[in-house]
Amino acid sequence: MLTVQDLCVARGGVAVLEGLGFTLSPGKVLILRGPNGAGKTTLLRTLAGLQPALEGQVQADPETVTYSGHADGLKATLTVAENLAFWASVHGQTTIEPAIVAMNLLALRDRRAADVSAGQKRRLGLARLMVTGRKVWLMDEPTVSLDAASVALFGAMLRAHLGQGGAAIVATHIDLGLPEAEVLDLTPFRARQKRQGAFDEAFA
Amino acid sequence: MRALLIRDIRLAMRAGGGFGLGLAFFLMVAVLVPLGVGPESALLSRIAPGILWVGALLACLLSLDRMFALDFEDGSLDLMAVSPLPLEGVAAMKALAHWLVTGLPLVVISPVLGLLLSLSPAGYVWLVASLALGSPALSLIGAFGAALTVGLKRGGLILSLIVLPMYVPTLVFGAEAVRRGAAGTDALVPLLFLAAISLGCAAILPFACGAAIRANLK
Repeated sequence: MLTVQDLCVARGGVAVLEGLGFTLSPGKVLILRGPNGAGKTTLLRTLAGLQPALEGQVQADPETVTYSGHADGLKATLTVAENLAFWASVHGQTTIEPAIVAMNLLALRDRRAADVSAGQKRRLGLARLMVTGRKVWLMDEPTVSLDAASVALFGAMLRAHLGQGGAAIVATHIDLGLPEAEVLDLTPFRARQKRQGAFDEAFA
Repeated sequence: MRALLIRDIRLAMRAGGGFGLGLAFFLMVAVLVPLGVGPESALLSRIAPGILWVGALLACLLSLDRMFALDFEDGSLDLMAVSPLPLEGVAAMKALAHWLVTGLPLVVISPVLGLLLSLSPAGYVWLVASLALGSPALSLIGAFGAALTVGLKRGGLILSLIVLPMYVPTLVFGAEAVRRGAAGTDALVPLLFLAAISLGCAAILPFACGAAIRANLK
């Protein structure tokens, strides 16, 4: 579904990861690990097509990929259901009920997004992934501000998605309770600090 | 795309959405100028076309910086870039929503404000026509400026500097159409130029906006 070859990604023009290669097949989930600043977000944004790769290739049908970042893309003055319905219709989907049930938002559906808690907002943000109807979910720290019960809900939703032939790449620091997940530690792929010796080069 | 248009209009109409901001500004200009200039109606009716057009232009400018910045801050713009919506379409819909929420109300209220500035009777038709044909260009050019400055914190200042020179032709032809109309001479030519500017902007600028947003999301 998604193949990466010899990928080098950059943030602000500086390479952060290089030599990355992996394949994501249906039903699989890949967990990205690495310390802060390792390049997890940059990698996910590159995979989502939001920024170009410095080198190498990402092979994926852009019509199958969806992304969930640090911000949930919610409008404070719209209700929970209106927010979800918007993203559903953008993706040509009509139903939002399964997503509302899966992330336990039924009681909140007519509440304005401004009036729900941070964790509830995050649940809404994750429910958005379901209404996109896309197969490959790229998730950046999906469990931030979620309580234990909500993490379990998220795990169940993710497993259901994998069961339907979906796939996911998740950057996270906590255990999602998915023993079958492959873990990719990004530390060995950290880009070597190339000597940006413009001065030396000029005289070489 | 229709979902985006409906969402943007809905957001603008809800509390804090900024609907009425431009309208209130336009109203203030038209109320304050006669008070500042004095009650001499001959003078007022001579400057009315220019004042009305400058007021409408600045009223449009007022809400431009929110056009993409809000969606950028809450992550919606990233998610739209990944979604099936083309960014060119997003920009076109945003400009359309801006026009419906800001430009169209200005067109509708302009005859009343013309009255406050004692615009001569022959000018009203041309005032409404010129604003109706010219204000879409204001929204489209504004969308381009907003797209260029979308990643900047407090991009409002640089946005105004980018947009104002591009607004000049619209202002010149718009005010000229009303002036000629009010004076009873042929006002069709500036009006046609105005329509041409709007159509040209509608044809080109959504693509420029899409490219600018894509570059700013990197």
